[in-house]
Amino acid sequence: MQLNVNGRNHEVDVEPSTPLLWALREQVGLTGTKYGCGVAACGACTVHIDGAAVRSCVMPVSVVAGKRITTIEGLAKGNVLHKVQKAWVDHEVPQCGYCQAGMIMAVVALLRDKPRPTDADIDATITNICRCGTFQQVREAIHAAAKA
Amino acid sequence: MTAMPKINRRSFILSTAAVGGGLALGLRLPFGPEVVLAQDGTPEINAWVVIRPDDTVVVRVARSEMGQGTITGLAQLVAEELECDWAKVTTEYPTPGQNVARKRVWGDFSTGGSRGIRTSHDYVRRGGAAARIMLTQAAADQWKVPAAECVAANSVITHKPSGRTVRYGQVAEAAAKVPAPDAKTLQLKDPKNWKIAGKPLKRFNTVDKVTGKQVYGFDFKLPGMLNAAIKESPVFGGKVKSFDAAKVSGMKGVRRVVQVGDTAVAVVADTWWQAKTALDALPIVFDEGPNAKVSSASIAEILKAGLDAEQAFVGNQNGDAKAAIAGAAKKIEAVYSYPYQNHVCMEPMNATARYTADKCEVWVPTQDGEASFAALLAASGLPADKCEVYKLDLGGGFGRRGAFQDYVTQAVQIAKQIPGTPVKLLWSREEDMRQGRFHPVMQCKLTGGFDAANNLTGLHMRLSGQSILAAVRPAIVEKQGGRDPLSFQGVADAGEHAIGYGFPNLLIDHAMRNTHVPPGFWRGVNINQNAIFIECFMDELAHAAGQDPVAFRRKFMEKYPRNLAVLNAVAEGIGWDKPAPRGQHRGIAQMKAFDSFVAAACEISVQGGNKVKVHRIVAATDCGYAVNPAQIERQVAGSFVYGLSALFMQECTVKDGRIEQENFHTYNSMRIAQMPKVETIILQPGGTVWGGIGEPTICVAAPAVLNAFFKATGRRIRSVPLKNHGIELV
Repeated sequence: MQLNVNGRNHEVDVEPSTPLLWALREQVGLTGTKYGCGVAACGACTVHIDGAAVRSCVMPVSVVAGKRITTIEGLAKGNVLHKVQKAWVDHEVPQCGYCQAGMIMAVVALLRDKPRPTDADIDATITNICRCGTFQQVREAIHAAAKA
Repeated sequence: MTAMPKINRRSFILSTAAVGGGLALGLRLPFGPEVVLAQDGTPEINAWVVIRPDDTVVVRVARSEMGQGTITGLAQLVAEELECDWAKVTTEYPTPGQNVARKRVWGDFSTGGSRGIRTSHDYVRRGGAAARIMLTQAAADQWKVPAAECVAANSVITHKPSGRTVRYGQVAEAAAKVPAPDAKTLQLKDPKNWKIAGKPLKRFNTVDKVTGKQVYGFDFKLPGMLNAAIKESPVFGGKVKSFDAAKVSGMKGVRRVVQVGDTAVAVVADTWWQAKTALDALPIVFDEGPNAKVSSASIAEILKAGLDAEQAFVGNQNGDAKAAIAGAAKKIEAVYSYPYQNHVCMEPMNATARYTADKCEVWVPTQDGEASFAALLAASGLPADKCEVYKLDLGGGFGRRGAFQDYVTQAVQIAKQIPGTPVKLLWSREEDMRQGRFHPVMQCKLTGGFDAANNLTGLHMRLSGQSILAAVRPAIVEKQGGRDPLSFQGVADAGEHAIGYGFPNLLIDHAMRNTHVPPGFWRGVNINQNAIFIECFMDELAHAAGQDPVAFRRKFMEKYPRNLAVLNAVAEGIGWDKPAPRGQHRGIAQMKAFDSFVAAACEISVQGGNKVKVHRIVAATDCGYAVNPAQIERQVAGSFVYGLSALFMQECTVKDGRIEQENFHTYNSMRIAQMPKVETIILQPGGTVWGGIGEPTICVAAPAVLNAFFKATGRRIRSVPLKNHGIELV
């Protein structure tokens, strides 16, 4: 089976029912996308499929073959960070950082749909769990990225 | 997260000695004349400081970074005394094996009890100062001038009379040979003159965290590594009876099906998803034993009986509370309860192990590298000089990854059955939820007596519930005649968790009621329930006396000026003396915890009697010294996510001896929509005692909101979580 990840094609040898998360981590070798729950409840595994935010822990790899998959590793262009990543650095959002790849992918998709989101837009769209509790900085950084 | 590092150390030495490891391995004294090479081959100036020829400063500290910012703060303290260029500072973890071999030169590895900075600031600053003196001496020797004529600043040493300069990197190798000064006698800087410490500097590794490059334990890889998924008896105390490996051994990628100790079975496969898929299909029969009959209801009954039991351990006592209450004109009584809760680190438990007859190594995200090392020694059966632990970054810790190293034991037990092959053990979220080391259950009956003039004359606080130390550090409990001193955190008679009120007649006692559910140090530990009990009951007493909750508290705080200062700070910050915004109601709470003084005041509104919006929280922390105010603000704001998630959403219930909640859909956690605006006030009066940051604030979140909820609705909620009362956070 072939997966197009961050603009490159990868041949993966997995059962078709294997979640995309594990194909990315264990076949393609990209570990930036995290496992948090396996039931699409926490958002740590969020990636983009054709630009839309998807929780990859419940997405069978067979469904996304041939589609355009973007992970946290594909966000920056070379050494130039995506504006959301840059806002995250400027506002020092991450604490432990484990959930932040998923959080950032969700936010990038939000800004694509709503370039200047209101607080209500953020509340309705960003439902990722962060146990360290970075939400205050997440909100600040989203607004900063929207203005960038 | 125990507050007893000395005991930790003792038990660590015992556990290493018990397996014949011995601690005396080719010792090199840290400040001795011999030059020691750092991991990259650079001569180290001392244990704390390595300086490369390009001036890069490698600061080595033993505490673990898990999001709380402690590594950045500790590096700031070293750099402050070292007088180095902060832009050139990087950090490295020494390994537990190195620490053991060098007579524990780096001190305690345990990163819990909010003690990363507060209990290591002195020796890390002395390490930085000693290195500066050695560098300066090396430059002076090179110039053949007295060291007193030289001054170090920003990684450059200047000979004042001649104006000559030399960079740290140029004299680092020579400095490594300079006899070390006696670190204990060094004069440290007055914090008033700090230039690096005390500043809101950015923490390390943020770019790696936002680009996916950071390697957590879960991401670690070795060549030829296999992956393991595990299932332990869901009933605590149960054992493996049988399992049918043949049913799954032909599945794709499956290499081995192994029993792990007496209690668990693991599938080892090429990938973790293959291992997990096979484990789900593997028939396992557990001998669940008598604990399979236990339920939340049966536990609650046992605790309830303790509320009126004759025997209880006294934690805090003055005067005669029982007599005062018996003779009171008015008596107020209330019963509170607190549930089991799981830490739920975002990164589930994991460890990677490689075992051969000559060496056993473990790579693990751990809050306590030495506890991991002790678990490795015990499980491998090898001596200490053939074992090593490499610490990896943690995706959250919160107390689950410190004293408890069950995943390390399991990883070694699995690797031992496949010698030479590295195995990474990952727990599923379900395993993580089932096999927690849970916040203990506690009930509390509070009784207060008033005289005819509405003066409080006596208070009795009876705790009934589980002891963490009885399960985890039984030697401490034994030494205290069966008493668990940690049970009284936040309401103790003295020390880092002393009560912040002077009551006329007081009795706080604990009827210990232990269960088969393994308790653990859950961020904040026993302050979480004790703050709810005492701070909500203070509101109940104020209400009964017809007095304002803040004014009522102040009457008992004359001798507690630092508690009073944080209470006043949040009262002023929230505008306590002015009306709340329309439709909003206020609550307040204060406590001393981990040697910091904390308080919170909040504004909430309640729609339909059960939909709670927390609009704003003002939180004050007096930690003596603030090493990095920006990281403190983040810890304080994050503490409300941890504390309010626990208050509104989180309970682990027991049915048939096992925990019922297995994932976030039944054990929820706050989202951004529910996050209040948090305003942080930091007080720094100085003094000889430094306070902790990672935990204290959590405990004031719940009582402040519960008190505001009473103000808003007239309903006094006395059991957690609020979801059980149909109340939700919106």
